[in-house]
Amino acid sequence: MVLVDEPRATVTPSTPDGPADRPRAVRTRLLASDHVFRTVARVAGSMVLVIMLLVGIFLSVQAWPAVRRAGWGFLTTQDWDTEGNHFGVAGVLVGTILIALVAITIALPLAIGAALYISEYAPRRIAPVLVNLVDLMAAVPSVVYGIWGFFLLQPHLLVVGNQGEGLPRWLTTYFGWIPLFAVDEYQPRDPEASASRLTSSTFIAGIVVAMMVTPIIASVMREVFAQAPPGEREGAYALGATKWGMIRSVVFPFGRGGMIGATMLGLGRALGETIGVVLIISIGFVIQPHILQNGGGSISSLIASRYQESTELGVAALMGAGLVLFGMTLVVNMLAGVIISRSRSGASSEA
Amino acid sequence: MTTTMEAPTTTTTLPERAADPGVEVRRTTGSMRRTDVFVALGAAWAALSLTALLFTRLTPFDGALGFVVVTFVLFVAIYGLLTGLDERGPTVRDRIAAVLVHGLAVLMLIALVVVVVFTFYRGLDALGHRNFYTQDMRDAGPLQPLSVGGIRHAVIGTLEQIGIALAFTVPMGVVAAVFLAELPGRFSRFVRTIVEAMTALPSVVAGLFIYSSVILLLNQWRESGRLPESLHWLAVGKSGFAASLAISVMMLPIVIRAADVVIRLVPGTLREASLALGGSQWRTVWHVVLPTARSGLMTAIILGTARGIGETSPVLLTSGVTAYTNANPLHEPQISLPLYVFTSVTRPDAGMIARGFGAAAVLMFLVLILFAIARVIGGKPAGQLGRGQRRRRAGRSYRDAVRFSRRERARLASAPPEPIRDTSDDTEVST
Repeated sequence: MVLVDEPRATVTPSTPDGPADRPRAVRTRLLASDHVFRTVARVAGSMVLVIMLLVGIFLSVQAWPAVRRAGWGFLTTQDWDTEGNHFGVAGVLVGTILIALVAITIALPLAIGAALYISEYAPRRIAPVLVNLVDLMAAVPSVVYGIWGFFLLQPHLLVVGNQGEGLPRWLTTYFGWIPLFAVDEYQPRDPEASASRLTSSTFIAGIVVAMMVTPIIASVMREVFAQAPPGEREGAYALGATKWGMIRSVVFPFGRGGMIGATMLGLGRALGETIGVVLIISIGFVIQPHILQNGGGSISSLIASRYQESTELGVAALMGAGLVLFGMTLVVNMLAGVIISRSRSGASSEA
Repeated sequence: MTTTMEAPTTTTTLPERAADPGVEVRRTTGSMRRTDVFVALGAAWAALSLTALLFTRLTPFDGALGFVVVTFVLFVAIYGLLTGLDERGPTVRDRIAAVLVHGLAVLMLIALVVVVVFTFYRGLDALGHRNFYTQDMRDAGPLQPLSVGGIRHAVIGTLEQIGIALAFTVPMGVVAAVFLAELPGRFSRFVRTIVEAMTALPSVVAGLFIYSSVILLLNQWRESGRLPESLHWLAVGKSGFAASLAISVMMLPIVIRAADVVIRLVPGTLREASLALGGSQWRTVWHVVLPTARSGLMTAIILGTARGIGETSPVLLTSGVTAYTNANPLHEPQISLPLYVFTSVTRPDAGMIARGFGAAAVLMFLVLILFAIARVIGGKPAGQLGRGQRRRRAGRSYRDAVRFSRRERARLASAPPEPIRDTSDDTEVST
């Protein structure tokens, strides 16, 4: 080893003959074909943007007369009388939220269970099949779930026979003291009690909507669970964790953001679901907080059942209702998107 | 440790081998023991018998749903108890969690099977008649038997509407996705945000938009003379075209988003390789990015189609209901399958409901077919080719080679060969 005398032994390499290096300006010259390509792509992007903005702006403009007429009462009135100038979405807004909440309450455990099973428990060979089945379940048309709910779930599983035997009756009999499960003018222990008080309820509509959103939540959650790092998984096993211990200490913490995001994605879908709700519920416009009781409704079913209103104000009011619904789903979906994208690392694979 | 070396006395002891080693049995590394199976079976049997006792003798419970639920709850309780007899806390929790997860997964599978089987089962009545596929509903009143009337008009309507919607959404959606993925920047980020926002658009609102714009507003303009004569065809009223526009508005963000994800999954190295070989950006996209993402793109499109084909609410507002076959999407109402299902099952008479289930079964069948196609095409990851694709690629490569050699031969025949220069003289080494 050679010891250097000078304490400052940093040597700057010199370029003996040539000029000092300057950063070169990188100039790219696009070919004509690339110009065309970029223009076409930009135009397509702009057109999509224009269409999307058009929908939002058009809805707002069209809804304006009704919203101006009703003022803030549009959000607080429990009636839909567009001829008599007395209309608002309070009842159906609450109904929409209640249906979505019932749906999420049912869908969430189901989806977590299915996603965990596919990503952690299922044998390697059948896991892809199950993934396909979940995707298939998401592709089943909503009207099919609707007729399933109306012709099988309601009359044969939940409100059976004249007495209306089933889960709703059981709930209201033993938990009727909770306002949510109360049913007005219904005596569960009265043998004469009619089952019709228990049909077409928010609860049943919520179950049908849950069937539609469960696969969506489950498939997002499965992806999130699968991304839990294998190193940490093996670390947990090496420290003696059981499978459930590993799931609790590795999979859930890593997937928490994705789980919340997936749930909100499902919530956004549940808020906008139409046909299943229309088939089950006979729409009412007053706030109906009893989820087991006949009646209720959602904004989407209001639109689907009243769109043929002849008056201009009627259509404008529906537009306003649609706008409120869109606003709600938009906020929920945006939050979901932000949460999911934060929980994932590396959206693109720039190798 | 000190040892004196006594070299000659060290002996090597070989392990004794059995005379006949026999067949070595492969050990399983699974952690399932026989006790676990007995515990599970015992708990299941105990839960079943206890529930049966409860339901038949002890309490006034009844109902199939309740039976299943009570059995499952009892099973979990007894299983936990039995495991707790000879295992410790974490293991018991692990077992119970495993049972719950399995139960939830099975419940979901049952739900899917019930939905599919129930639709086909109730649809069997209508599906058995040949006229169901070849007639429309013009002669079929509400009380006519199932041997009259069918869903020809609805099938035609569905195929035409989804076809028009695909003609709008596929080119636009794929080009927009290419834009989002290949030309990153502030503008494309903004477009992506808007597209993601629009996936939140409820389908009924998409229908309402088309209803109030294309159907109400344009008709109003036409009547008041504000719409120029040449654009009168746009004011279509309730028709298949309006319905396909509504489906397009609903499908476009879905297709763009899915295609964008797929295109972004194309490895950056492939793009860079193409650019480094001197390909322009356009050639890179056309010959490298899109072919690599092709199976994923097909899946995105087909899944979007499955979504669009089954969506009822936008069609409900825009296409109108008719009992006649109408092959012209631009004129007069044109019904589609989901709408036919919806209008039929909301009628009180049994015949119409049976027809509705038949149509729902046909719709399910269409979705299943689309889904199967999507899986066959999209089953392989990007870049892996099937046998036919490999053969076609080899053929293309062979033709290119033939073309090159022919051109080379022609060049040699037309011009005398130049002397080969030694290129090492051309580069000057600066000292």
